[in-house]
Amino acid sequence: MGIILGILEQGLIYAILALGVYITYRILDFPDLSVDSTFPLGAAVTAVMIANGVHPLLTLPASLIAGALAGMVTGLIHVKGKVRDLLSGIITMTALYSINLRIAGKANLPIFNMNTLFKNPLMDSLPASIAPYAPVILLAVLAIVCKLILDWFLKTKAGFLLRATGDNPNLVTSLAKDGGWVKIEGLAIANGLTALSGCIMCQYQRYFDISMGTGTMVVALASVIIGINLFRRLTFVKATTAVLVGSVLYKGCVAVALNFGFSPTDMKLITAVLFLIILLAGSARKRRAKVHA
Amino acid sequence: MLELRNITKIYQPGTVNETCLFHGFNLQIPDKQFVSVVGSNGSGKTSMLNIICGSIPVDEGQVIIGDRDITRMPEYKRHRVIGRVYQNPAMGTCPSMNILENMALADNKGKRYGLGWGANRRRIQHYRDLLSQLGLGLEDKLEVKVGSLSGGQRQAMALLMSTMTPIDFLILDEHTAALDPKTAETIMALTGKIVAEKKLTTIMVTHNLRYAVDYGDRLIMMHQGQTVMDKAGEDKQRTGIDDLLSKFNEISVECGN
Repeated sequence: MGIILGILEQGLIYAILALGVYITYRILDFPDLSVDSTFPLGAAVTAVMIANGVHPLLTLPASLIAGALAGMVTGLIHVKGKVRDLLSGIITMTALYSINLRIAGKANLPIFNMNTLFKNPLMDSLPASIAPYAPVILLAVLAIVCKLILDWFLKTKAGFLLRATGDNPNLVTSLAKDGGWVKIEGLAIANGLTALSGCIMCQYQRYFDISMGTGTMVVALASVIIGINLFRRLTFVKATTAVLVGSVLYKGCVAVALNFGFSPTDMKLITAVLFLIILLAGSARKRRAKVHA
Repeated sequence: MLELRNITKIYQPGTVNETCLFHGFNLQIPDKQFVSVVGSNGSGKTSMLNIICGSIPVDEGQVIIGDRDITRMPEYKRHRVIGRVYQNPAMGTCPSMNILENMALADNKGKRYGLGWGANRRRIQHYRDLLSQLGLGLEDKLEVKVGSLSGGQRQAMALLMSTMTPIDFLILDEHTAALDPKTAETIMALTGKIVAEKKLTTIMVTHNLRYAVDYGDRLIMMHQGQTVMDKAGEDKQRTGIDDLLSKFNEISVECGN
């Protein structure tokens, strides 16, 4: 039971990240590597705020804004500086590593004895029968709220323009709009969500660690790809819902692999290999489909 | 009035492959004129359209609309008054969005793309009316993704979408070239109808000499970055496909082909 709760909790935290990467990878078709550093950026901002006694709820908008600003930087480098998309992300990612260290002050900042979203007087006062489920309920609410807001946004005029930018930038120009700014906006939203996910992760594990961002992109991409491929035929399932489920499933796969006797230090290896398997499985299916067609 | 004044355009300057396409190129198009442009490959037809729309910069000269110099204006800003349809039907629509969403997107051109609902339900009847004049049955497929439509259907939508909001100029870049003859015929008839209804200043590049002869009130033939034939009004009415073909041959001989 504990394992399943753990998978659900972590899956839901990474789901918010996956929603962000869904925007860049699927909608904008932009391989944004800055998420590897905006995830710990959200965590660093959160850890410092909480260590200084700020109310945990305030860390959510703060990290969201910090992430959005970092996303805008990637966008500006790419759009205004005309640097290739992959490189723009790498530049931001590298620069943020130092900035994250500056924000946190050190490579590892624990917040064990402070109030967080998961450990506060209100949570402590819950009866023992509910208490174990409180974090997962809270996380589900957070992830679903993020998903619903994103769903709403994608149906607005601004959302339509964002989708058009990834789909056919040419059309956006025809609509007399600067597609570059729409891209910057999309990257801001995506990295805002990523940092929010990092913020929640930091409070969940009760520490910030500079290396917690390594492989973020892979985890998020795997979640997005699993989700989208799994529900490909079920057109009534929204892509955002698929991404949420994909994230939990991916965490489940990693947990199962770890249970086979791998050590926790093998985590990144497992993460990468699983991602590769998903990619290969996806392309093998596409080839089969082609043969049949 | 749309004017290209003294345009010079050099491709790959400073290299061995340097090619000067336009050298002091001039063109004036009065308001509400429908110009058909023909010419061999590499004659500068599409480059001319790209220069007008701002898709490529010029090395010298000016692009003027009315009395405004728009030479330095970015491409997207120029499209406030320009609608453009490309040869590739995929260029004018969003494949992953459905017909309704595409129409709504185009309908909002010139306004802010804010946080209001993207597809206004009250406009649906209007979209249906517009789509039904295509005679392709698209008005009953509003929820279908545009990516699953045929090239002809997509091009019809692209034409509709580019002329939905008030614009002054319509740029058609071989917009029937990728379509089968029957669909091309339909799209061309629709083009004529829309241009007449909205009284748009239109520039149509085409390889179909019959369309060039049948449509428009001015005909330009381009060759190596120059206009080698420019007929308007009655002069254009008297010009037939044979005249165009003989001119084409004349040019080819000059080139030594």
